[in-house]
Amino acid sequence: MENFIIWMLPLPPLLSFFVIILFTNKRKSMSHGIAIGAAGLSWLGSMIIYIRALGVKEFGRHIFGSSINWLPTGSTWLKIGVQIDPLSAAVIFFVAWTVLAIFLYSIGYHNFGQPKGDNDVAGLPPHGATVTENGHKHTVPSIEPMYSRFFAFISLFAFGMYTLVVSDNLLTLFVGWEIMGLCSYLLIGFWFGKPSARNAAVKAFMTTRIGDVFMLLGIAFVYSFTGSLSFSEIFKPEMLGALASTPAFFGISAAGIIGLLLFIGTVGKSAQWPLHVWLPDAMEGPTPVSAMIHAATMVSAGVYMVIRMFPLISAGWTEGMPLNMTMSVIAFIGAFTAIFAATIALAQNDIKRVLAYSTISQLGFMIAALGIGAYVAAAFHLVTHAFFKALLFLGSGSVIHGMEHGVMHTGNHVDPQDMFNMGGLRKKMPITFWTFLIGGLALSGFPILTAGFWSKDEIFAEAFGNGHFVVFITLASAAFLTAFYTMRQITLTFFGEPRSKAAEHASETPWTMILPLIVLAVFSVSYGWVGIPEQFPGLGGLIPNWFHEFVGGTLAELPKAIEFSWVPLVTSLFVALGGLFCGWLFYRNVKSPQQDFLQIPVLKNKWYFDEIYDYLFVKPATWIAEKFTSLFMDQIVIDGILHSVAQFSLFLGHAFRTYFDKPVINEFIGDGTGNAVKASGSGLRKIQAGRIQYYMVASITVLVIFAVLFYFLLV
Amino acid sequence: MSIPLSWFLILAAALFSIGLFGVLSRKNAIAILLGVELMLNAVNINLVAFWRYQDPAKMAGQVFAIIVFAVAAAEVAVGLALIISVYRSRKTVVADEIDLMKW
Repeated sequence: MENFIIWMLPLPPLLSFFVIILFTNKRKSMSHGIAIGAAGLSWLGSMIIYIRALGVKEFGRHIFGSSINWLPTGSTWLKIGVQIDPLSAAVIFFVAWTVLAIFLYSIGYHNFGQPKGDNDVAGLPPHGATVTENGHKHTVPSIEPMYSRFFAFISLFAFGMYTLVVSDNLLTLFVGWEIMGLCSYLLIGFWFGKPSARNAAVKAFMTTRIGDVFMLLGIAFVYSFTGSLSFSEIFKPEMLGALASTPAFFGISAAGIIGLLLFIGTVGKSAQWPLHVWLPDAMEGPTPVSAMIHAATMVSAGVYMVIRMFPLISAGWTEGMPLNMTMSVIAFIGAFTAIFAATIALAQNDIKRVLAYSTISQLGFMIAALGIGAYVAAAFHLVTHAFFKALLFLGSGSVIHGMEHGVMHTGNHVDPQDMFNMGGLRKKMPITFWTFLIGGLALSGFPILTAGFWSKDEIFAEAFGNGHFVVFITLASAAFLTAFYTMRQITLTFFGEPRSKAAEHASETPWTMILPLIVLAVFSVSYGWVGIPEQFPGLGGLIPNWFHEFVGGTLAELPKAIEFSWVPLVTSLFVALGGLFCGWLFYRNVKSPQQDFLQIPVLKNKWYFDEIYDYLFVKPATWIAEKFTSLFMDQIVIDGILHSVAQFSLFLGHAFRTYFDKPVINEFIGDGTGNAVKASGSGLRKIQAGRIQYYMVASITVLVIFAVLFYFLLV
Repeated sequence: MSIPLSWFLILAAALFSIGLFGVLSRKNAIAILLGVELMLNAVNINLVAFWRYQDPAKMAGQVFAIIVFAVAAAEVAVGLALIISVYRSRKTVVADEIDLMKW
């Protein structure tokens, strides 16, 4: 029963994709009905699975799963299958909730129920429609022209995500991974009429492709080494032992190389340094896309994959030992990304870009946690982050929507995403404000109340308790910056007085956008309670540390709960509260970017990474394409070959024409036959005398000749 | 059986040659037709003679001769009809003058 449901989980969104694309493209309400119905079915299935999983004792030992033979490979079969173990159960829980919430949100975001725009075209955001009411003209938001297409794409995306999560092998995981990559590309470029969106889509696709190629190499390596792609096969202790003890290249074990290759896939997908450049630009897509793909699910899938592959990455390592090569690299990349992206987020003015860098930074936290072996903490932060970051993105979408309303109302065009045009929105959009505040506090790690505090605290405790002080200090600084820029964002957006006419006329968004915010806000608070450490002063032990037991059970050996220490707790409290306070203090009176002391070029320009990559990769590639490939290879070499072939053919044709076709074919065979027939005809016509007796004589003569011949020859 | 087979054959050959001569030498189309009849009858003599001398038990030779009569009668009917028709249109029955088939 469970297995059947698991097999069926990804199916409804896929069917929804095809139905919308093939049949209901013109009918907008049916399109979103089908998409949400499908998401709801998958949500229901996920919840059933989740609740069933909770009911199983020692679920990590008795997971749900089944597989079928798929491809014959010589004498064996390549198996594909599905499985739900504690880790994927935790992931499918937030995937189901965020997907459903964001599907619902998209209805309001794309202005369902509003009139058609006056000048709206497919491929550009809707510009608004003019309506006349009581003889008074005003502009209202207009419905997205490609409304159905959007729901088709996000359905396909949901299919990819569900496939990835329920996979019990690297192959179908990779399939889901790539489907999501495609959907990410399609949805970033959803408003393809904007050149910036087109470029962002290409950039996202190309950058993640780099990671995907390495990941595919890693998968190939796993397969050539173990002969299987199933997690259960790869994670057998003897297989891991063999992988860890076999040297591959440069003195690194096979397990290490595979781990690194797969991790590069994650670096691309989860936008870790140095492949982080695509995620901020991906904010060109519609906000639900940013929330779902680029905050809650797809980028989390990268982290999910490394968490999933943790037994392989950590093969040969046990808790307390120094980190192995791969884990050190992962810890370094994660920690570096966490602080690096946080510094950039300080100086961004676009409300969504701040969140984008924040996402990169928070994913860095998870990666760093995994790198130091804090398996459960990484998974915990993955889940809580998915909730509060989806909430923040949807909240920012709601803010932008409200601002756009104000822009249309006042008619003067200001950037509705620039935080310096906002301010004072807490009165205009109270529900958005409160939910955004909850999300922001969760992101900052506001103590006790929010989920972000518990998951971040666990990462700190693990880093400190296991003696990884560099990682600990880096992450703590990053957490301080996180709280700071989050408060900066909230202060600039919601507090103070409106800084533009548009902000004065902003209005609360429809219920389809508000409801998902409330649902996600509930989880952003309550999900932290499932992972309160047992020894936490005062609160520990009131609720059992369920998350640790549950997800930790995925591993062969239950990870030890870390000894309680005051240092990480105090650090955590200090960075969260200190960051929040500083953010409020510095920005409560800031009126314009000129007053913002952090608008320094190096941060504003994201440490010049786009420019560096432009010089290092894009420009040389363009140069090679233009100068070498086009001018030299194409126009000189290839065209030269083609032209000489053509010249030679022409010469050959001419020779044939002159020396063969004309004399032989035309004159000899063509005219010659005609002439010969003509000559023989005029010669032979003399015997056609028309006198019957001549014919008779001829017959008799022939008869006699033949008779004589036969007589002498045959007798 | 005092008369040998060869006599019949000589008679038939003579008759055939007379007929052939008539066909080739006469100008009148009716005379040519008469020559053809002579040639056919020469053949009939051959058929009957061979039957009588070679295999009298079977009557194939006689039957064959009768079929030749029948065909000859039909041929004469058609031939005369053609000649009458040609005569009506061209006022002649001289074979050399009926040269419509000439190039």
